[in-house]
Amino acid sequence: MTSILYLGAAVCFILGLKRLGSPGTARSGNRLAAFGMLAAIVLTLVTENVVNWGTIVAGLAVGSVIGAWAAVRVQMTAMPQMVAIFNGLGGIASALVAATEIVVDTDLSHLPAETAISIIFSILIGSITFTGSFVAFAKLQGILPGRPLKFPGQQAINVLVGIGVVAVSIWAALAGVANAYWVVAGLSLLIGVLGVVPIGGADMPVVISLLNSFSGLAAAAAGFVIQSNPLIIGGALVGAAGLILTFQMTEAMNRSLANVLFSGFGTEGGGSVAGMSDLPVKRATPDDAAITLGYADSVMIVPGYGLAVAQAQHAVRKLADALESRGTRVQYAIHPVAGRMPGHMNVLLAEADVPYEQLLDLEQADPQFAQTDVVLVLGANDVVNPSARDDPGSPIYGMPILNVDRAGTVIVVKRSLSPGFAGIDNPLFYEDKTLMLFADARDGLEKTIAALKDL
Amino acid sequence: MSPLVVGITVFVLAAFVGFEVISKVPPTLHTPLMSGANAISGITIIGALVAAGLGASFVAQVLGFLAVATATVNVVGGFLVTDRMLEMFRSRSDREKQKK
Repeated sequence: MTSILYLGAAVCFILGLKRLGSPGTARSGNRLAAFGMLAAIVLTLVTENVVNWGTIVAGLAVGSVIGAWAAVRVQMTAMPQMVAIFNGLGGIASALVAATEIVVDTDLSHLPAETAISIIFSILIGSITFTGSFVAFAKLQGILPGRPLKFPGQQAINVLVGIGVVAVSIWAALAGVANAYWVVAGLSLLIGVLGVVPIGGADMPVVISLLNSFSGLAAAAAGFVIQSNPLIIGGALVGAAGLILTFQMTEAMNRSLANVLFSGFGTEGGGSVAGMSDLPVKRATPDDAAITLGYADSVMIVPGYGLAVAQAQHAVRKLADALESRGTRVQYAIHPVAGRMPGHMNVLLAEADVPYEQLLDLEQADPQFAQTDVVLVLGANDVVNPSARDDPGSPIYGMPILNVDRAGTVIVVKRSLSPGFAGIDNPLFYEDKTLMLFADARDGLEKTIAALKDL
Repeated sequence: MSPLVVGITVFVLAAFVGFEVISKVPPTLHTPLMSGANAISGITIIGALVAAGLGASFVAQVLGFLAVATATVNVVGGFLVTDRMLEMFRSRSDREKQKK
């Protein structure tokens, strides 16, 4: 009977995820999944032979207060950091479940092989998720520099730690010594740090998606330890979700997962880029931008991470409203890796009350550029770089881009001509049809809106 | 079937269901999808509750407490923040209704 009820909770997860597939039903889907979780928790408390209510109540209370406080307080721009931390905590929770099993079991040497292996997987994946997520958080938050961190002998150390954790894991499973398990935990925590430190800030959409997948796999592994189907089902669902997003992100960058994880992309820096920077650009004032936008029939706005940094999502909405009141059709084209996590830009625009029908993805936006009068690029760079399409020698050649140069006029709001994370110059900026408005995204937008009112 | 084989069967089938269901989610909803999925991975809280309720040694108690607390942050925070985000996703007609 209990198993059937647990199955009901798992069904809530699946149906909840299914409803998350459309903006109209998503909210109810999330609530359905939450209901399934609550039911599973209550069921566990009722059916398990609980001795220590004090520990449980304390844990639930502390966790609920922290979780609710964080969820209510977090700014939408900081959502990637938040999800990174939640991923990490989910991972370590699964590792701790396995660790408790080790402490409780007095005779580890008689542990069935499958349980021992499940414990190792829980600890391994959970601990990597934990430290990896916190390094990702530190990079996104600016506590650690966003550029890839490299040091001499890095690869040798990584290989040694990798071999070490495999060797100690085998020892732990065969000998059943508690200390061996703790060494596995320590090395796994180290691997999480070593693994994420050399990855650049702009690759975080991939890293967060992958860690999301890991947090699910850790839960599934914990499910094997305590032989619980809801954990295995829930964990597998999340493992699959994270993996799909991971590959969608690498595809949007035209890179392999291995390349993202191990290549230290973005180390070239901006200094070595030469040649184009001497070309003339057409500078525009906010007044020029207002005139160009104000007399356009259709405008496509292309937001990038710079928009999030400048907290300019509300200013964008104001500009769009001003244009729409003049009869201009306004839409938004959003590249999959425009933000620091999948879909981040959409959340920011939703926060600014942009209706979701106006948000186009790569495939929806692409055929529209040729018929668009003006494209407004806000804090985006590499995702609109035509050399990804035209220049086989470019490091980002082959990456799917938004072909904004097919529109009538392109206005780029950018602080300076500095290259994007890949350190590649952008020929778009020097094109005849491109106007460069050198300003902070929010400041530039506010001035353009003011100028638009005087038209 | 041994529990291990049953477990692996359940895992593989659930993973396929996950792939099927989630590939259909549009990019607009990827952030809430991820934070919602993240909250679901907090199902490990069941394992944490079992571990914390055993009433074993002091060390086991501390580990159990930490497991319950971290999993609860994951569950409560994850579902709440997803709800907060999804509340903001409005269609044009929703917006007009609100204005009236």
